[in-house]
Amino acid sequence: MFETALTWSDLAFLAQGAGMTLLVTAVSVTAGTVLGVIFGVIRFQVGPYWSIPLTFVLDVFRSVPLLIQLVLGNAFQSIARLGWPPFTTSCVILSLYTAAYCTEIVRGGISSVPVTTRRAARSLGMTWWQDMRYIVAPLATRVSLPSWIGLTLGVMKDSALVLWLGLIELLRASQILVTRLQEPLFILMICGAIYFILSFPVARLGGYLEKRWSPND
Amino acid sequence: MFNYTFHWNQALRALPQMLDGALVTLEIALLSMAIGLACAMVLTLFRLSGNRVLSGFAAVWVEVARNTPALFQIYMAHFGLGNFGIHLSPYAALLAGIAFNNAGYLAENFRGALKAIPDTQARAGRSLGMSSLQAFRYIVMPQMLRIAFLPATNQMVWAILMTSLGVTVGMNTDLAGITQELNARSFRTFEFFALAAVIYYVIAKAVTLAARAFASRMFRY
Repeated sequence: MFETALTWSDLAFLAQGAGMTLLVTAVSVTAGTVLGVIFGVIRFQVGPYWSIPLTFVLDVFRSVPLLIQLVLGNAFQSIARLGWPPFTTSCVILSLYTAAYCTEIVRGGISSVPVTTRRAARSLGMTWWQDMRYIVAPLATRVSLPSWIGLTLGVMKDSALVLWLGLIELLRASQILVTRLQEPLFILMICGAIYFILSFPVARLGGYLEKRWSPND
Repeated sequence: MFNYTFHWNQALRALPQMLDGALVTLEIALLSMAIGLACAMVLTLFRLSGNRVLSGFAAVWVEVARNTPALFQIYMAHFGLGNFGIHLSPYAALLAGIAFNNAGYLAENFRGALKAIPDTQARAGRSLGMSSLQAFRYIVMPQMLRIAFLPATNQMVWAILMTSLGVTVGMNTDLAGITQELNARSFRTFEFFALAAVIYYVIAKAVTLAARAFASRMFRY
């Protein structure tokens, strides 16, 4: 069990895969968060009735498996002759997927700000934008940040699915090594350990913030 | 517009086959949920037991399940166990992977729910002469299940979506697997997968609505 054909260059290959995982996650989470904030504000601002179309579209992204979304996105880009490489397709789909969840988080955060606080801001002569920027944003961030961290970690784990489009990220890299070295358990353990090391500390931080910032105690 | 002719008929003709697959998907999701609930309950008991080894085991299970991708867990069941000479079929590997994942998340839900139940409840039970297991079974557990029901519903939807990962380990009887096989035969990728997406959406919505109806009947005060 302790003899392995794994070499340092194989480990570097795994690290490269992990880099790809992090890159896809960073791009998608950034784009998804920007979209999510915009959609969240729109959803809150126009009320539940007029935001039904937006809610429905975003709900589709949460109710259809990500794998199917990725395959559909890839098929669509080839039908529309966009000529996107798998990396772009993956990032676009993952961004929309992130945005769908982020919208809910942002909406929840905004609606957690007491109406009276906002009215007070407005009656002090603040504009809508000033109210959003100086009153709502700081208060809503406190409520939303722990769930946003959870979402980011979720997207990082779900980004493993982009292997289906042929992108060599961490899990695909370890699968390639498994095929070559025939030591599935050992290599998958390393792969799992890398995911765990990336995810666990951040998850703990999220849990800590949730406890530290919860408004009731 | 796209210089591409959509052949929806071909996909619609395969609909009965895909609905058969949807049944398998639902079956795996329900089974994994049942196994996951049972395991989560055991893990919760382990955590409450006060025994170092048992609660450590539960903590490791929960953290691994929550901090690694579901796809990794399925790979582990399918490829990783091969090292011990255990060769699971795609169906069993998928079921094991999702059940492991469900158990981890549900155990965490249960822990959150337990925090919401005052200690005094269990103590009142104990002072009425119940054993600690009885107090858990008759006083704490019903309240815990009530609080954890909504998160568990979400987990059920997650389980349905996760079943689609089976196709990566060669599963070919569930909805994603059948769609992939049809696709490999005809290369009508967009049509087949769009139809699959609609079916997944309908299943997910149906499960959510059913759970909500069930909850409003069961959990009336």
